[in-house]
Amino acid sequence: MSDAAPALQLRSGKSAPQVTTEPRAARFALIGCVVALTGVLLFAPLAAVFAEALAQGWRASLEGLASPDAHAAIRLTLIVAAITVPLNALFGVAAAWAISKFDFRGKALLITLIDLPFSVSPVVAGLALVLLFGANSSLGAWLIAHDLKIVFAFPGIVLATLFVTFPFIARELIPVMMEQGRAEEEAALTLGASGWRVFRTVTLPNIRWALLYGVLLCNARAMGEFGAVAVISGKIRGETTTMPIMIEMLYNEYLSVAAFSLAAALALLALVTLGVKSLLEWRYADLLAATRRH
Amino acid sequence: MPPTPRLAPLNQASRQSRSADRLKGKLLIVASTLALTLGPWQVAHAQDGTDLLNVSYDPTREFYRQYNELFAAWWVAQGHASVTLRQSHGGSGGQARAVIDGLDASVVTLALSADIDAIAQRTGLIPEDWQARLPHNSSPYTSTIVFLVRDGNPLGIRDWDDLIRDDVSVITPNPKTSGGARWNFMAAWAWALHAYDGDEAQARAYMSALYHNVPVLDTGARGATNTFTQRGIGDVLLAWENEAFLALAEQGEGAFDIVVPSVSMLAEPPVALVDGNITSDTQREVAEAYLDHLYSPEAQALALHNFYRAWDVSAAAPEDIARFPQVERLSIDDFGGWAEVQPVFFGDGGVFDQIYEEQ
Repeated sequence: MSDAAPALQLRSGKSAPQVTTEPRAARFALIGCVVALTGVLLFAPLAAVFAEALAQGWRASLEGLASPDAHAAIRLTLIVAAITVPLNALFGVAAAWAISKFDFRGKALLITLIDLPFSVSPVVAGLALVLLFGANSSLGAWLIAHDLKIVFAFPGIVLATLFVTFPFIARELIPVMMEQGRAEEEAALTLGASGWRVFRTVTLPNIRWALLYGVLLCNARAMGEFGAVAVISGKIRGETTTMPIMIEMLYNEYLSVAAFSLAAALALLALVTLGVKSLLEWRYADLLAATRRH
Repeated sequence: MPPTPRLAPLNQASRQSRSADRLKGKLLIVASTLALTLGPWQVAHAQDGTDLLNVSYDPTREFYRQYNELFAAWWVAQGHASVTLRQSHGGSGGQARAVIDGLDASVVTLALSADIDAIAQRTGLIPEDWQARLPHNSSPYTSTIVFLVRDGNPLGIRDWDDLIRDDVSVITPNPKTSGGARWNFMAAWAWALHAYDGDEAQARAYMSALYHNVPVLDTGARGATNTFTQRGIGDVLLAWENEAFLALAEQGEGAFDIVVPSVSMLAEPPVALVDGNITSDTQREVAEAYLDHLYSPEAQALALHNFYRAWDVSAAAPEDIARFPQVERLSIDDFGGWAEVQPVFFGDGGVFDQIYEEQ
């Protein structure tokens, strides 16, 4: 305690030394630049979407969302996200665990493979799935003969989204787990814990915040993916149109209010996930501070 | 001091395992919600044979939305069980490609016969003689290609030769993916052949100059319309007449003018049953009725109301008929039909590729 007191005084003292040496004008100009840029790049487009959605009032906006096709699009988007995010979470944790806690041949190759969806354009990913499962491949012909529809149907959309969102969670976890090292796991093992128990009681608690960020990023992308899904969806109204596809369709049909209402709804879904994240951070602030110490 | 750091992790670990239990509870809730949502979804999409997928091109969105309602009501009024009509839209070439790749269209209603020919030739889902199965070359409605210009026609664009002026920027979609763009191309070609007394070299030079004035090639007609009307790019849009009228109706009469060129095409967007995708007799019956009913006076009136030049005007409102200006419309058959035109002009290395590579 006696050590801390002078330090506190120093910080609150009037003659605190300037940390930055730049003149005030330069600092305000830089801060102004950042505020203006975030305003133009982040807030203005979002505000424009909401303004356009509400251009003809709440009622028109809600009517745009009330159509069965819009409902189907929202439901499809949520279901696709609900399937892809847990699968990618499972894969991401497994991959990050293997890469950061074990040594094996081909580790670099595995990391490259995980990054592949980041470097491949979503359109190419969609086309690749059409080539693989489409009616003109032998696999696709066999599937169609057995009445299993992949492309231009629900499974294709899930596959495309899964591919595109593949790296999000793993990529979020790998650096964190690498940094944490394996000392704690090794300690747990020497104390006689089983592999599963080590994972559950040592590794998982350490990575839960990184995992949460990964899940949120993955979820946002899964709901917003356009390119790959556009290629494989077949654009059947109310059936294979996810929210982003439906937004484009409505806009092309001159139904701007409906299009922007749906766009606002999609943006709101993203804001809700952000809100959930902030809520969790606030609720578990002490825990977060504790894990950050590692 | 030394004991404290050792105690902290222990304390923390017990708190973490408690919240891990809470997390498990939440996961269970998420999983059961998922199961509940998924269940009904699969039931709702069970195939009972009386559903129909119409794979169509871009500008027919409004027409088929209305026609599907009309047909569904008419079909039930005829004493049949109700039918689920599913609808898909996109660039005509891209839609044909999707059907070839396995999109299970029951009927296709595309922009030009070449795209339906492509499905017939590559998959055998449609018999080669499909175009003779329904009246008027299987085209229940027709259209033509017109110019849409900015209000008051500030650049004074009157005919095809104005489009190659240096100060004119032209919007037309990519003929590789868009059916409308191929009609645009052929309309310009028709005029050029006519203007240069059949001299193909000069006609090519004209086409080259025309595409030199095109800043963007959208993939579909509707995308091109949006580029012109909403993004404000270009001085003239080469458009389906129905698309141009729709833009006027949607964007307000004061925003654009329609200019009718001296020569244009009789654009025939045909329809066909995709025999190979039909799974039951009931579905075949509905699909055939769906196409036949397009020729009924009510459906024809609906097509006229949506700015298509339909054949039967008996049930149409007078203002829907009076709207169409007189225009000399050449048939694609004057150029040998789409079967011949498609490979020569739009195939790999065809006329379009040649003039576009010269740019």
